[in-house]
Amino acid sequence: MATIFNEMDGSGSTPRAPYAQVAEWLKTLSRADVDRALKEAEAIFRRQGITFAVYGDDEAAERLIPFDIIPRIFAAAEWRKLSAGIEQRVRALNAFIHDLYHRQEILRAGRIPHEYIIQNEAFVPEMVGVMPARGVYAHIIGIDIVRVAANEFYVLEDNCRTPSGVSYMLEDREAMMYLFPELFAQHRVAPVENYPAMLRQTLESVAPAGCDNDPTVVLLTPGIHNSAFFEHAFLADEMGVELCEGGDLFVDGGYLYMRTTQAPKRVDVVYRRIDDAYLDPLTFRPDSALGVPGIFDVYRAGRVTLVNAPGTGIADDKSIYTYIPEVIEFYTGEKPLLKNVPTWRCSDPKQLAYVLDHLPELVVKEVHGSGGYGMLVGPTSTKKEIEAFRARLKARPKNYIAQPTLALSAVPTFTKSGVAPRHVDLRPFVLSGDKVRITPGGLTRVALKKGSLVVNSSQGGGTKDTWVLED
Amino acid sequence: MLGRTAASLYWMSRYMERAENMARLLEVGYRISLMPGAIEGHRDEWRSTLQSCACDHGYNQKHEEIATAKVIDFLIFDEDNPSSIRSCIKTARNNGRAVRTALTRDVWESINATWNELAQVKPSSMTADRLPVFLEWVKQRVMSFRGALLGTMLRNDTYHFSQLGNFIERADNTARILDVKYFILLPKATDVGSDIDMQQWAQILRSVSGHRSYRWFYRDSHYRPWLISEFLILREEMPRSLLFSYGWINRALAGLANHYGQSYDCHQQARDTYDRLKGSNMEDIFQSGLHEFLQDFMANNARLSYSVGRTYNFP
Amino acid sequence: MQLAIRHETHYDYDTPLAYSAQRLHLWPADFAAQKTVSWSITAPGFDKALAYTDGFGNHVHMITFGDVAGPVSIVAEGMVEVTDVAGVVRGLASSAPDAVFLRQTKPTTATASLRTLAERQFAGRNVLEGLHALMAEVHARVAYEIGATHAHTTAAEAFADGRGVCQDHAHIFIAACRAAGIPARYVTGYLVTGQGASSTAAHAWAEALVPDLGWVGFDPANAKCPTDNYVRVAAGLDAAGVAPIRGSRRGGNTERMRVEVRVEIAQQ
Repeated sequence: MATIFNEMDGSGSTPRAPYAQVAEWLKTLSRADVDRALKEAEAIFRRQGITFAVYGDDEAAERLIPFDIIPRIFAAAEWRKLSAGIEQRVRALNAFIHDLYHRQEILRAGRIPHEYIIQNEAFVPEMVGVMPARGVYAHIIGIDIVRVAANEFYVLEDNCRTPSGVSYMLEDREAMMYLFPELFAQHRVAPVENYPAMLRQTLESVAPAGCDNDPTVVLLTPGIHNSAFFEHAFLADEMGVELCEGGDLFVDGGYLYMRTTQAPKRVDVVYRRIDDAYLDPLTFRPDSALGVPGIFDVYRAGRVTLVNAPGTGIADDKSIYTYIPEVIEFYTGEKPLLKNVPTWRCSDPKQLAYVLDHLPELVVKEVHGSGGYGMLVGPTSTKKEIEAFRARLKARPKNYIAQPTLALSAVPTFTKSGVAPRHVDLRPFVLSGDKVRITPGGLTRVALKKGSLVVNSSQGGGTKDTWVLED
Repeated sequence: MLGRTAASLYWMSRYMERAENMARLLEVGYRISLMPGAIEGHRDEWRSTLQSCACDHGYNQKHEEIATAKVIDFLIFDEDNPSSIRSCIKTARNNGRAVRTALTRDVWESINATWNELAQVKPSSMTADRLPVFLEWVKQRVMSFRGALLGTMLRNDTYHFSQLGNFIERADNTARILDVKYFILLPKATDVGSDIDMQQWAQILRSVSGHRSYRWFYRDSHYRPWLISEFLILREEMPRSLLFSYGWINRALAGLANHYGQSYDCHQQARDTYDRLKGSNMEDIFQSGLHEFLQDFMANNARLSYSVGRTYNFP
Repeated sequence: MQLAIRHETHYDYDTPLAYSAQRLHLWPADFAAQKTVSWSITAPGFDKALAYTDGFGNHVHMITFGDVAGPVSIVAEGMVEVTDVAGVVRGLASSAPDAVFLRQTKPTTATASLRTLAERQFAGRNVLEGLHALMAEVHARVAYEIGATHAHTTAAEAFADGRGVCQDHAHIFIAACRAAGIPARYVTGYLVTGQGASSTAAHAWAEALVPDLGWVGFDPANAKCPTDNYVRVAAGLDAAGVAPIRGSRRGGNTERMRVEVRVEIAQQ
């Protein structure tokens, strides 16, 4: 594997500029200081109920995501470059989704084989012809980005359905400001705390055309047993909107309402954190008890806005991922500013053969799947694990793609044996409504196990506060 | 406010109140099991404890015989028992979690910390010597919750719904405790009870933390069944009495009527109950039957709960 | 020619309904071969129904109502002027790209036997000939038999069993077309079966895309292309997507449904 880029040390012995003060600060911290801070941070998170549930893990039904106190830092110039690439990608993704549900020019032009779209589970035929307010489909996108060198970034995947994690970004910032106000004061860190306000502005900006100038926004959650429920409650609270479950909403006379202690109240915008399949038993899974019967018809008729639109998953499907650079060129006429990770499609026999020959050095991912459960990280797997995965891959090659094992950048992190570099990724959150809004930074996830490249919280990953320094 | 939010606030408070009541009943039951007496006597006591918290049916389905350890486990830890302390706190906390945004941070942290600590307590660790400390802890935690609620919540519909739940539950608990033992409170030819009677009367008072306040209030060193009944039903000075509870229920409902600018049937229902209690005396109650009175009261109380739910669109 | 249509659906419940939301595909869309002279739907809540045209050009209504104690009836009726155009569908306002109708849905998933069916019919024939051959083959291989299949029977199941109703014939036809790379869609509507006759269901057939000709109707249950005896109501990917009535309710307990469809020639 190539050399690992250490974001603090770079290649030399002196810290890179954005980390200069943090490097000094680290020298002044005693182990006791760190332990105290970690303990305090944990108490803060625990009290707030910042937990996540791991499915199929009954014992620890609610866990804290570990938080590391050393921030991950970007210089202003680095961030400008990144955010230009992010904005370009997000605009292209929305144009792509619009096209797939209308004329399908990109298929007619032969850029993507049409069966990849038409037969894709994430393609929602019911969305054909739907033109949402302002033409925006994916209002909230999380783009997972990894870094391998000072100037080399790759997009690992796009999350166009219901990306989560933004509450950790906000809480990590709160915790850092509370724990280390002086360190904070020494830097000019771009604020992230207006994210909920920006989210609300975005949601209000996509209210249906017929709505008066004070739209009612709600957040629709599957309920307290959902792994991201804390985030749902947190965002509803921060935005000052009702946190609804499916049973709180109903359709009457062609409009959507919420059941209140008084008269029903009309709802204009639904920020839904439930999957497409569960949204409306009349249109999607008939056994869904989480959704609202008829909500899709109201949406179809333009009387409520669903955020994100149903069917946006087609743009972040792992089998479509490899086409995104072409998608960007097709809709923007520009070269992509942010690169994709080179990817082998296992559906192609030639590419599959290569993948099977190089399993120990590749990362193989399931096309449909999330949370890092159905993946193989070649270099850190045992022979037995690789062989077991090989069998699965051979049985259903269409289900997998493979990528080289990237030397993810590392950031100093507190471990049991002191400060040590650990691999990180970055998920910036991008809002699209009346305009595109990008929070400076995003959520940095860190693989806490030595050498591990899996940053998912369900697999023992933690988080860090992410700083974008202002000029 | 969402109807479901109102329902969650209501049930959150009801379950916290129920947890406290359960701790009290267990304290009394445990006390008796320490006293000299035949095993058979303890069994009877546990049986009436189970009845007092309406857990007898659930217990009998699960266990064949009444044994101290089993009863304690059933009433504290058993997840199959919706009224066990663990279930109560869990349900209260889940309701609180669902309406996290409607609670102040203090209320949420209080209820969340209670659950987090309780979740760590292993049933096997609940030895006889640890039980009193544990029960004391439960009461303290519920009081801390109530304190946070009283001290930090805005006096709007959020507050009123949670108060409503609190006192409808309390009224039910007190009525049930009385009803399980109503026969020992019936007037007899002589007002002087046997030792057994004295012990039973004391237990009733202890179940509502009223054994000391009774003495202060009546300035009487003897427990008299007539007065005990009066104390728990008709005295507004006694914070767990039916009249006291209905005073608060009416205040909460008036708060809602004021907040929403409209009153409904449930307001009238609650006022009627209050007025009936206020205009009663023990003589009339005994005359027409204490048991019947309490049964009637509990049915009305349940009807009020249902009616509140319908009025304010609980799911 | 004008056809008079009356499509009644009656529901009975054990207990009062608390709430009901129903999506109706009961309003025919006009195109070259048919023009609605008059049409109406009578149903609870219809006065404030949500009406819209979906991406496939269907006129959809969504009704909601609550607190109903008695039976519920939904009646669609009207008069449609029809012309025999040999099944060719022109002038329909639909914006859906043709490729969408290649999507395999659960009931129209191609299995090996359906793929073989398609290969045999289309081999050595042009698309239009192939479609006619396919229609004849499906008609011959699958006997019309009520009760042999149910609402969720897949094309593969019905084909293997050799029995089914018009829904199954249409699904098999569609699955085979899509397997052969020919866009095909499921169509609901009405068919005159004789003066004074009534049936317990609406009719269903299929449409397939023929190069240079456009969408053409095929009714494999009757082995013929739609004529002026047919009224087309809605089209979609499969039966579930364009069910005349699809709903969700609270309360009511057990539901009993009765359907009566009457189609008559009103005027030659």
